[in-house]
Amino acid sequence: MGNSLDQIFVTAKQVAVGWFPGALQPWASILLSIGPIIGVFALLFGIVTVIERKALARIQNRIGPNRVGVPLTNIRLFGFGQWVADGLKMLTKEDIVPRAADRVVHFLAPLALVIPVMLAFAVLPFGRNMVALDLPETGLLFVFAVGAATELSVFMAGWSSRNKYSLLGAMRAIAQMIAYEVPLILSSLTVVMLAGSLSLVSIVARQEQVLWGFLHQWHVFTPWGLVGFLLFLVAAAAESNRTPFDLPEAESELIAGYFTEYSGFKFALFFLGEYLGLFAICGLGITLFLGGWTAPVTFLDFIPSWLWFFGKLFALLALFIWARGTIPRLRTDQLMNFAWKFLLPMALANVLVAGIWHFTFREGWTFSARWVVCAALLIAPYWLLGRGFQTRVGRREYRYAD
Amino acid sequence: MTWPFALLAGLTAGSAIAAMTLRNLVHCALCLALTFAGLAGLFLQLNAEFVGLVQILVYIGAVAILIVFAILLTRGAEPPSPAPIATATPWGVGIAIAAFVTMAGAVIKSLEIGRSLVGTTAQADALPAFAPPSPAAPTVSVKALGERLMGDYVLPLEVLGLLLTVAMIGAVIIAMQEKKSSQ
Repeated sequence: MGNSLDQIFVTAKQVAVGWFPGALQPWASILLSIGPIIGVFALLFGIVTVIERKALARIQNRIGPNRVGVPLTNIRLFGFGQWVADGLKMLTKEDIVPRAADRVVHFLAPLALVIPVMLAFAVLPFGRNMVALDLPETGLLFVFAVGAATELSVFMAGWSSRNKYSLLGAMRAIAQMIAYEVPLILSSLTVVMLAGSLSLVSIVARQEQVLWGFLHQWHVFTPWGLVGFLLFLVAAAAESNRTPFDLPEAESELIAGYFTEYSGFKFALFFLGEYLGLFAICGLGITLFLGGWTAPVTFLDFIPSWLWFFGKLFALLALFIWARGTIPRLRTDQLMNFAWKFLLPMALANVLVAGIWHFTFREGWTFSARWVVCAALLIAPYWLLGRGFQTRVGRREYRYAD
Repeated sequence: MTWPFALLAGLTAGSAIAAMTLRNLVHCALCLALTFAGLAGLFLQLNAEFVGLVQILVYIGAVAILIVFAILLTRGAEPPSPAPIATATPWGVGIAIAAFVTMAGAVIKSLEIGRSLVGTTAQADALPAFAPPSPAAPTVSVKALGERLMGDYVLPLEVLGLLLTVAMIGAVIIAMQEKKSSQ
């Protein structure tokens, strides 16, 4: 029963593809892979917006949306129909384009964001045998390549609006995205080093191996994996412009940053693209460090793999929402300093420690000895870099207008 | 000439022409990014997955943004100027034709050499662009690329790293001096 529940979507898709005539079957297979992915993640986007608003509200000691339940009825459902109402609102709002704006580029910017982000879902393994596109040579590189392509859309949005706030927001956002891509890719590099492959499916398969008879070897259970995962999370928050790194789109700073001049459906597309980017990067973090669709311990293996994946995804999203409600925003220069002067050296130290972990394994050290040595080699740079930051904070100088 | 190739080649060539002839500089830069995307598609069609994806990552994700920032920070605020008729246009056309003939000659020559090595001399008189691909095309794995890069080609790799470091230090020095002089 466990195995068939685990493979229920795979067998359903095979049955559905069998209904089509032979010539159309490749196309049917492709569409039946893509359709559910887009449908599930779009639905998840709607639900996560409501969950986020309610969670932020509870953190801020208020309630959040609680009136819109089932549309056209009085059933409140604790406000979980809000996303339907918001979606309809954004679809029907007037689409205002500024007169001086560059119409073609203004139109293409949201598309240039949403399309690459949706491409990233194609290579993530959502469950056992549940990956839309298995690239055995370059799976991870595919995700980073499409992530890099989204930066151009930020520029297009900021430039075409002919608005100083948009342009400033776009430049800050691009600088932030480029700066945080480096620790993101370096922390994923440690996984590639030790897994020996860029294929996401084989990275998850490697984490399915069992240690001591009951523990699946998630990368996060190793010192380099733990530090790498934390670096990845921080860089992921910065890549998706989430608080505490959301200065490019903070309401009190830049109105809405690079999508100030977007209204109606285009704004909805930007919103969608941002959240889908967050899901994609969380999915990547889960695949690389948290074992993908595997359970942590072997006696929990009966729970279906796709349920594990989405459970971990919800846990990471809850963490991001919690961070949004709790941590204050970083200023742009603090953000940049943090990326280049703290995260980058930590990521490089992590790469070194991953190499040491691998070679001490080959020399035959015990697990605990390797853990202690590698953890010490990671805590030392962390402490030193932290001290380095502290010494720069001197007495605060006040400059008054005379 | 399969239709995916025709589509990608048309996209690449069309956006390259647009990048040269459009009046608004930012539009030119964005069309250049589209050209890079077309090139990446051509690489992917040739089953060079690593190169194609790195083309997207590096060219679209970094070089195009660099070009766009350079335009933005230097002359982006100007209104689009009418395209001037340069007096050096005949020279430019001549040099372009010479470069094209050289590169086309090199490509055709290498195709002929490759075909003679593989042994399909029966199709040597067909037009090179329409000949079927040689059957023994090797698929290079990323692992093999890495091993060659770290083994046979480690010196060029280190020189590249040194070059990038020098460029970064130079950029930091230029930016730092500007800040000091403003105070």
